[in-house]
Amino acid sequence: MTTLTPTETKSSFGQTLKRVLTSRKEKAYINPYLGGILLGLVLFGAFFFTGNGLGASGGLNRILVYVEDLIAPGHTDRVPYLITMAGGSKNALDNWVVFMTFGTIIGGFVAGVLNGRFKVETNRGPQVPVKVRWVMAFIGGSLMGYGARMARGCTSGQALSGGAVLSVGSWAFMFAVFGGAYLLAYSLRKFWN
Amino acid sequence: MAPFPVQLPTIFGHWGALLIYGVIGFAFGYVLEISGFGNSKKLAAQFYFKDLTVLKVMFGAIIVAMVLIFGATAVGLLDYNLLWVNPTYLWPGILGGLIMGFGFIVGGFCPGTSLVAMATGKLDGIFFVLGVLFGIFLFGETVDNFAIFWNSSYMGRFTLPELFGLPTGVVVLGVVLMALFMFWGAEKLEQKFGGADAKAAPRWRYFAAAAVALGGVVLIVLGQPTVEDRWTRLEPEKGQLLADRAVQIHPGELLSIIEDTSIKVIMLDVRDEVDYNIFHILDAQHIPLSEIDSKVADLHFEPANAVFVLMSNDETAATEAWKVLVAEAVPNVYILEGGINNWIATFGDDNLTKRFNAGAGNDELCYIFDSAIGDRYAASEPNPHAYELEFTPKVKLELKRGPTSGGCG
Repeated sequence: MTTLTPTETKSSFGQTLKRVLTSRKEKAYINPYLGGILLGLVLFGAFFFTGNGLGASGGLNRILVYVEDLIAPGHTDRVPYLITMAGGSKNALDNWVVFMTFGTIIGGFVAGVLNGRFKVETNRGPQVPVKVRWVMAFIGGSLMGYGARMARGCTSGQALSGGAVLSVGSWAFMFAVFGGAYLLAYSLRKFWN
Repeated sequence: MAPFPVQLPTIFGHWGALLIYGVIGFAFGYVLEISGFGNSKKLAAQFYFKDLTVLKVMFGAIIVAMVLIFGATAVGLLDYNLLWVNPTYLWPGILGGLIMGFGFIVGGFCPGTSLVAMATGKLDGIFFVLGVLFGIFLFGETVDNFAIFWNSSYMGRFTLPELFGLPTGVVVLGVVLMALFMFWGAEKLEQKFGGADAKAAPRWRYFAAAAVALGGVVLIVLGQPTVEDRWTRLEPEKGQLLADRAVQIHPGELLSIIEDTSIKVIMLDVRDEVDYNIFHILDAQHIPLSEIDSKVADLHFEPANAVFVLMSNDETAATEAWKVLVAEAVPNVYILEGGINNWIATFGDDNLTKRFNAGAGNDELCYIFDSAIGDRYAASEPNPHAYELEFTPKVKLELKRGPTSGGCG
């Protein structure tokens, strides 16, 4: 009778997990126009059944506020911006966009595994060290998070959803996003090429 | 009433509704991943003209969804009033957009795509998501310092057809043609900068482009339903409510709901300005019948406990306004029974009611006033405890179907 030491159990479990997640052969991405059509159908379905479009940053916002409310409930009750989500006995997670966000994560995960693209890696430009890429990702994410709340929605909730129902503000926003990115793209070309 | 969107919690329960949002999210994440949006290199290539997948997927999705949405509203399946159209805060939106554009090129993702990257093991995606959370945190802590700017340039629910003064179908077709032109340009750029092979692109994309453009043309032909169309469709059901006098509320009930703190009463006085200036109920807003439809979008932003009470001198103009609001899917709309005349008869003192004008026509004020002092009469703000009125309560709060928040929650 052999007894497994904890490390052996762990590594074999880890290997099994790795095998399950990465066993499939990596497939190519679908044609972008097909992607657009499929995403358009999802967006239409969302509006048709729920009246809401798609969203992502709002879900992250509420998850964050939920954690803040756990750590410092007095604080969320004092800041006007946070009260609306988690003031008093309100649960910041009890909202549609949070469930959509969880769904997005699971959907992305399943698609990645099924198409052999689940892989622990860091995508970066050829001249950029991994750690620099991480720092850049964090800084970029911070800008995105800050900007998304200022604009009351991110690329999904404002540009995509608001664009499809012809909101003036959403279209102005969309051109601002592309404009901002192109404005800075040349200066950062070494990071990506 | 257009059957969609549905009130999800009523049909599926609280958790059922949230589960449906989870399923939509799943489809969203799945499509983002298979389109390549979990890969920051692919996303960033957009901004060096090498691979314009971002543009193609985004605008492809927008035009497909847009044509389907306005097709569904044109045939009366879907109610545009009940869709969440992001309200426009122009300058905060543009500034936020610019900041996000910087974040996009620095970090390589947008919030939705970073979730997918994180879920597929991309470490840069995880750092990006942490950054997003940090940025959101920072915003929550700092927004109070520039709340005035953040709430500035508010234009409400403001749409491109309103901006251009064009029919919805024409705007839709314009957006479709603009997108197709951008796709054409994107393919040229990819050939120049990314070395893409023009022949490798599938031929079916021409048919897809033609189908979407044709959809835009069909929308112009169909047109969007007018208020009259909407009312005609609703008349068998809602006209009965008028005939049964199920929505005409007694002045005593109006007074009691004004006092009820759990209800937000919004009184809309649809008479002409002269009558309004002579006498109106305290807090009643003046909005002439001819302008009531311009008010619809604002009314949809009111909270779920809002009750709208329309009033004219009698009921004629108020009933017309009721039809407009009901046709536009505004919930909880009622009419003041007998109008302002009945209100004055109920709450007016002898001084106010002594000069009765028997010759007043239909929907005209039937009391003669010495002065026009608006709501500074005792009868504009009666003491609810001074009256014991008998009436059948008719106000029932119906669940709001349209979302009160959306976009990014």
